[in-house]
Amino acid sequence: MSDDTTLEKRHDAASAVVEEPIANPGLPAHVYRPTDIDPAAEKRAERQIAGLFVFAMLCVVGFAVSYFVFDIADNHDTVGGLGASTLALGLTLGGALLAIGIGMIQWARKLMNDHEIVEMRHPGRSSDEDREKVVADVLQGAEDSGIARRPLIRNTLLGALGLVGITPVLALRDLGPLPGDSLYHTPWTEGMRVAVDVLGTPIRPADMEIGSLVNGQPMSLYEENEEGEPLYEGVDLQVAKSKGSVILVKMEPGDIIHGKGRDNWTVDGVLCYSKICTHVGCPISLYERTTHHVLCPCHQSTFDLADSAKVVFGPAARPLPQLPLALDDEGYLIAQSDFIEAVGPSFWERDTLPEDGS
Amino acid sequence: MSGRIDTSKVATSNKTSAATATKPSKVGAAANWADERLGLASAMKKQVRKVFPDHWSFMLGEIALWSFVILLLTGVFLTLWFNPSMGEIEYQGSYDELRGVHMSEAFASTMHISFDVRGGLLMRQMHHWAAMLFIAAMFVHLMRVYFTGAFRKPRELNWVVGCLLLILGMLEGFTGYSLPDDLLSGTGIRAADGFIKSQPVIGTYMSFFLFDGEFPGEAIIPRLYAVHILLIPGILLALVGLHMVLLVYHKHTQWPGPGKTEQNVVGYPLLPIYAAKAGGFFFIVFGVTALMGALVSINPIWKYGPYDPSKVTAGSQPDWYMGWPDGALRIMPGWESHLFTGPGGLPAVTIPWNVLIPIIILPVVMLQVLIALPFIESWITGDKREHHLLQRPRNAPFRTATMVSLMTFIGLLWMAGGNDIIAILFDLSINQITYFNRAAVFVGPAIAFAITYRWCISLQRHDEQKLLHGYETGVIMRSPEGGYSEKHLPLPEAQAYTLTARERDEVYSVESETDANGVVAPGSRVQKVRARLSAAMYANNIQKPTKEQLEEAHHHAEHEHELQAPMEGHPADGHQFDGHRFHTVEDEQLR
Repeated sequence: MSDDTTLEKRHDAASAVVEEPIANPGLPAHVYRPTDIDPAAEKRAERQIAGLFVFAMLCVVGFAVSYFVFDIADNHDTVGGLGASTLALGLTLGGALLAIGIGMIQWARKLMNDHEIVEMRHPGRSSDEDREKVVADVLQGAEDSGIARRPLIRNTLLGALGLVGITPVLALRDLGPLPGDSLYHTPWTEGMRVAVDVLGTPIRPADMEIGSLVNGQPMSLYEENEEGEPLYEGVDLQVAKSKGSVILVKMEPGDIIHGKGRDNWTVDGVLCYSKICTHVGCPISLYERTTHHVLCPCHQSTFDLADSAKVVFGPAARPLPQLPLALDDEGYLIAQSDFIEAVGPSFWERDTLPEDGS
Repeated sequence: MSGRIDTSKVATSNKTSAATATKPSKVGAAANWADERLGLASAMKKQVRKVFPDHWSFMLGEIALWSFVILLLTGVFLTLWFNPSMGEIEYQGSYDELRGVHMSEAFASTMHISFDVRGGLLMRQMHHWAAMLFIAAMFVHLMRVYFTGAFRKPRELNWVVGCLLLILGMLEGFTGYSLPDDLLSGTGIRAADGFIKSQPVIGTYMSFFLFDGEFPGEAIIPRLYAVHILLIPGILLALVGLHMVLLVYHKHTQWPGPGKTEQNVVGYPLLPIYAAKAGGFFFIVFGVTALMGALVSINPIWKYGPYDPSKVTAGSQPDWYMGWPDGALRIMPGWESHLFTGPGGLPAVTIPWNVLIPIIILPVVMLQVLIALPFIESWITGDKREHHLLQRPRNAPFRTATMVSLMTFIGLLWMAGGNDIIAILFDLSINQITYFNRAAVFVGPAIAFAITYRWCISLQRHDEQKLLHGYETGVIMRSPEGGYSEKHLPLPEAQAYTLTARERDEVYSVESETDANGVVAPGSRVQKVRARLSAAMYANNIQKPTKEQLEEAHHHAEHEHELQAPMEGHPADGHQFDGHRFHTVEDEQLR
């Protein structure tokens, strides 16, 4: 006897002790619908349903007409902020589909035979006979194969199958290159000018007002090689931006709390930080000049730019990396070096900064 | 059923040549052709008139099914124009504001679908709305199945399939809304890169392999496209098929009521009733999606512009179903471990708990909890019987409270995912909202559990009162003594039966902790936990009355009605308050 049946018996026995308070009265008598007994109601329902299907056909005609009549292109907000074509196509398509759907359901509800049917359920469990047959068959199959008697074949097969499993894993190796030290480098190098984002022009501290924030990029993103082609294009440009984007802020020099060893990283109250959030890598924005706080719009990590961009609120764990600034001969802001740590979100081997790198 | 055989349908031949029915029609001939090759009749004999029970809540899963079909149809339409490439081109389409802007071909082709293909924007919006409907319907369907106990034996495996459908549906949604390569979706992928990198040891490698190098690279959109239109939909389709096959095999659950038992299923046949109703419902879901696509703008990528890693929009939000892990990410404190940073051999490593816990560990744990729910319950109850009759949520207070508690947890995290929107909308401090949510995600579910649990039990008490003392008629009786009472009348038999059509809960108890020699039986500690959980689940439940209790209560009620009978139409004297009569208020019993 299996465990299942004994438990079933236990429950059966338990329920037999306490009698059911009310016996099952059985299915209630069938209630006839108005459409079953009133020919006028039946006729009305028939007309109503057919009317819905005719309406669906009209909607399809409307769809076809709208398709050719209404223009698309840049007039996507002609009717109440919605494009005339989109609106007309959607309304006619929706109307046709809804009318078909409602018609079909009304047909089932009002006119189709609605006598309830009782069907019996059968337990999911197979009969003992079937179970025994399957077990016997499986054993017979195993016996015929001789898998138990030939461990050499069995084990070598298992070994081969296991090894074959490695091939897809191996074949996926070329999905991408190894990280190497690329995460520790950005386009910033010693002496590179800070360019104003979008414009690509260099910037002097005097160009900035106290309390202002300017988005910056490494100047190399706007430079060209000897053949007149941009140094960074397409995907390279996107990768460079995803690491090199910075923010410049200017504040009263007295407000700045210099980080350890960072006394000479600022120029005339101008500080430069990575724009890439140290949480999961969104570009931070939303600067509040009175508090010097900058907020990441994705998960609201807040950094105090006056105090080495330390985290003052939110899920980020590390300050924004700071870019050491200097001035070149013409008085424009330049980087003293690349960032001294990896920018962006944390990763496992981040602290194992390659000493020879940067 | 008549015992007579209809000879007109009996084959006229038993030779080696095909038997033919008399007067074969064209349809009959085609059916015969197919049956001789496929054996359709044997396969379909039980299915054509298969009985399904009727209830509005059984329609929720159907919404999910039909939205999935709509997603396949509208999705195929979109693939005809969408170009999943990150190659950079200059936009020259119809939308003025972006003409001349450099963007990926993915974004440009999405713009093309939206502005230069007639009905393209409609299809895009229908696809997106259907995706939201798909996932929303799956969530609500899951709650229905859990609240009513429809996951119990023999349907546990279908519950597991459903959970996988839900998580795959969410992933499918994420891969889908990432494809246009607009500023919002690119920000989502950027965050996803951060999530991947947060994983110990392999994170950086996974990121480089997924993106074919550094973020954003050129590979992510084509790869997500393959996942979105082939890999996940293929698995979804197979699982949806399995879900349906199991549904048909198990036969649908039904609500208890007169004539309904654990051994039968009462309802209407597939052909014609459910063919018309479910088929019609497909058109209704499709039609509603078309109206939403026409009337409600969704994901206007032209307003966001193409992705640029240096830009972001304020109020960046994932689609709503991804909101709860995002909320967990927002309220997580900034914990990060830096190990082995001192001198001494081992390489220094970083473990960003602030990302790892909310976005990697939490969702995986939640999925496992969800999948395990039926198995945990059946382990506690020890119930190995098949269940085809549904339970009302109130009759399983512990289970109902568990799901409400989980819903509250997810709901609060979801709210946390919109903390910036809430702060702006209600002019609140985002810091305070975050601190509040940090506590609320732990306290809220506990409060929700307690309230739901007690609420269910008081609803059970209410049912018991109705069974024993009848329902409240709203007729106020004033006795000759001046006392007031509401007249109760017994429930109609069908209603009374429906209320009692449930099982009595049995609290599991450990029978003997030690055997005859005083040795602790193996597993008895686990059994003690089980007994304690079983008591928590069932001990406070109100069980249905026994036959004797019911008869006694009815007898009492009849007696009361006899007493009340002479009062009907007679005003009370009103003297019981002035002390002039022989009875006082205290003697009066309120009923």
